Amino acid sequence: MEPIGKDYIKKKYDQVVPGGIDEWPVVNLSKNRAEFIQEVTDESVKRIKKLTPKRSSLIEEIETTLFREKLRVKRNPWAVDPPDDAEFLQSIKDRLVEISSNTDVEEIDDTLEDILHEIIERYASEIAGNFKKSRFKMARSIVTFGFARLLNASRARGFWSIFSTRYSLQDKIHITGEVEQLRTLAKKGTIIMVPTHFSNLDSILIGWVISALGLPAFIYGAGLNLFNIRIFAYFMESLGAYKVDRRKKNLLYLETLKSYSSLAIQKGCHSLFFPGGTRSRSGQIEKRLKLGLLSTAIEAQRVNYQKGRRDGLHKVFIVPVSLNYHFVLEAPSLIREYLKMKGQERYYVENDEYSTSYKISKFLFKFFTKGSDISVSIGRGLDVLGNYVDTDGNSYDKSGRKIDTQEYFTKDGKIISHDQQREDEYTRMLSDRIVEEYHKINKIFASHLVAFTAFEMFQKKYNKLDLYNLLRLPEDDQIIPYAEFRLVFEKLLRRVHEMYNNGEVSVSPYLTGDPDKIINHGLANVGMYHAKRPLIKNKNGDISTQDLNLLLYYHNRLVGYNLEKYV
Amino acid sequence: MSKECVGVIGSGSFGTAVSNLLSKNSDVILFVRNTDTIEKIKTSRVSSGQNISPNITLTNDLEEVAKKCNVIFPIIPSSGFRDLMRQLAPFLHPYHVLIHGTKGLDLVLPDPLPPDFKLDRSRIRTMSEVIREESVVVRVGCMAGPNLAKELALGHPAATVIASPFNEVINEGKRLLKSDKFQVYGNQDLKGVELCGVLKNIIAIASGIISGLGFGDNAKGLLISRGLVEMIYLGKALGGEISSFIGLAGIGDLVATASSQTSRNYTIGFKLAEGKTMQQALDEMDETAEGVNTIRIIKQLADAQGIRPLITDTLYKILYEDMKPQDGLNYLMKYPGNIDIDFL
Repeated sequence: MEPIGKDYIKKKYDQVVPGGIDEWPVVNLSKNRAEFIQEVTDESVKRIKKLTPKRSSLIEEIETTLFREKLRVKRNPWAVDPPDDAEFLQSIKDRLVEISSNTDVEEIDDTLEDILHEIIERYASEIAGNFKKSRFKMARSIVTFGFARLLNASRARGFWSIFSTRYSLQDKIHITGEVEQLRTLAKKGTIIMVPTHFSNLDSILIGWVISALGLPAFIYGAGLNLFNIRIFAYFMESLGAYKVDRRKKNLLYLETLKSYSSLAIQKGCHSLFFPGGTRSRSGQIEKRLKLGLLSTAIEAQRVNYQKGRRDGLHKVFIVPVSLNYHFVLEAPSLIREYLKMKGQERYYVENDEYSTSYKISKFLFKFFTKGSDISVSIGRGLDVLGNYVDTDGNSYDKSGRKIDTQEYFTKDGKIISHDQQREDEYTRMLSDRIVEEYHKINKIFASHLVAFTAFEMFQKKYNKLDLYNLLRLPEDDQIIPYAEFRLVFEKLLRRVHEMYNNGEVSVSPYLTGDPDKIINHGLANVGMYHAKRPLIKNKNGDISTQDLNLLLYYHNRLVGYNLEKYV
Repeated sequence: MSKECVGVIGSGSFGTAVSNLLSKNSDVILFVRNTDTIEKIKTSRVSSGQNISPNITLTNDLEEVAKKCNVIFPIIPSSGFRDLMRQLAPFLHPYHVLIHGTKGLDLVLPDPLPPDFKLDRSRIRTMSEVIREESVVVRVGCMAGPNLAKELALGHPAATVIASPFNEVINEGKRLLKSDKFQVYGNQDLKGVELCGVLKNIIAIASGIISGLGFGDNAKGLLISRGLVEMIYLGKALGGEISSFIGLAGIGDLVATASSQTSRNYTIGFKLAEGKTMQQALDEMDETAEGVNTIRIIKQLADAQGIRPLITDTLYKILYEDMKPQDGLNYLMKYPGNIDIDFL
């Protein structure tokens, strides 16, 4: 490997919390797990009652939940589901039937309250993470050690090199950006880390980054499907995950989930959301974020203010993170799904392509043995309204004036009020700000730029074809003469540097110098381990592709920068 | 306890009328930029030809307005809006609510302007976008509707729309403005309602021309309905929702402005039809007619995007390229008629 730019950090970080693991809020949370579940339950019951002020509407909500849950148990059972699910649902149903023949209003209300409480408590206990510090330490060392072994085995030759210590993860994963600020803010307040999501590897990668930076463990919502696999469940739980079941879309469940997240943030647990919700199918940077969990950050901030917690300790900081790959292992299936969805196939089923331990280990092994570098860009911290904060956690407006985040939650500058519609709107605004920051911190790799150039050139040349026909372009037409390619590439490169100078995007250090070299570096790296390469140089030295779908996928990474008009 | 205080920035005819409406429910601080004007108003208690209520205080100190008022209504011409926001911004806090009443657009142009520059949507700002850009205030709204200042001053019945994505802003606007003679509606499509107010000025100029040429209500009916279609197309392209254009701020305001001789934009059109040049017409006015500037912006935008809004295009030729109003009308009448309604 060539030497890398000086902005790549390779150093060892001290633990942010000096008292060690015992001081972590997440440890406290799991110590008082039962109590916390109770708290979450009470809070959720309160919310749902507020959302269903009439008795009839509450009954309706419970009935809907019951109906959907029965359907789930019947049609889509998972190994991780508790065996008594059906029984439990039946008992709820029986009591609902009783209610319908009862005339005593008070009794009805009591029964309803009980039912609500039971369902929610069940949900809350399922969601709740089970962080154990001994397990955490072990899992962490296994991950770090294991990865390092794989890495050394693949990079240095020979079997014995598996014990070599020449390479550590930091040779492979470059962390850039506002690392020091993140570490300082983690001491001052509560961090909500919001990374882009391209690959299944992201959660593991982010977990490693958090630990490598000396930060206390973050809690994060992981798909319940991952807990189907015992060994995975073990690691996830140890690393602070709580469970999110995407099958359950009923109000009761969603509110419980939100209460869990909100209360954990209020207690100072650093959290991690993948705000895109799921991996980006198209390969584009997320444009629309899921607002549900994001809203809990804003809510927790407001509650802290309402409780009069005004010091930095109770401020919530949003830290966008962008993960940049040359190579996304799942790219072929992701882009296929994207094209399917876009092609009006509305009823596609989310398939769980990494559902066995074998597939996952294969995935990991492939990833770590096939050396393709990754960069992680840490963005500047924001307050919950999207204003930049300094290392002390103070918010500033665009002209650099210090502002008090609390004032967004008042009408007169004094009384903090709860206005759900206001907070919903703030959530949308925050989501827009995060997307904006993603674009700024996204690190453009040479591989992204060559893919973008080539696909845009095809698109321009065959502008009469729609996307689907373009993707079926005959092989003979999938060739761009090198000189032409280079010309357009240079134009785009100039524009990218211009954007970089304006602070609109971040670029890889490989993106400077001789354009031919940059192009070669890009070609060598773009989707490097796919069986069919998205972009190659053919025998005549011209640019060609083996898989247009993949080319589209890697090209998409640079959509949204208005670069198209420079082609 | 002292009564709540609401701020109004701009003592033009609409700003004055809004101050008077607000003074029915609260005390009002009216910001006037010019110190001479303040003195005159203070002694005469008359602003832009309207008597002002006793509980309206005058100031030319923006800091005072921001300190004393949580809700502020900036009502000044779009040409000076950004400058004003820059002056006001240092005194604003996140708790402030701003509801503007300016029906114009702002342009953000690169400096220096590249020779091949093409205008696109990303360069155009509505006033609420200017507020968001220049200040920390996020709870922003606008006030739009058939609100001819002269009729409001006479206390005739009227209504307005307060648009904001925030319900609390709409509710504040309602609470502060509502009276026996003044009804207030809410709309969440802030951008759409702003665009209604902006785009209707174009049609108002055309309406003035038609009247100035001596034509009657058939012609006006034709203009208003075709004008609305054009507004909707442009409004949609600029990010508004169709439904807002059929409401009070859209068709409601359009009908009022296009038939009223007290409307500024209408007056400009009327003078043009009388054979005056644009400069002469402008010189005879004491207040800004936003439509003149809007036509220029929309024409540039349409050219860059390769679309052709017929009425705006023709007006541009009349205003800026010396086309005779009668020729413009002839041209429009010869243009092959299309499907009546194809946007619903």
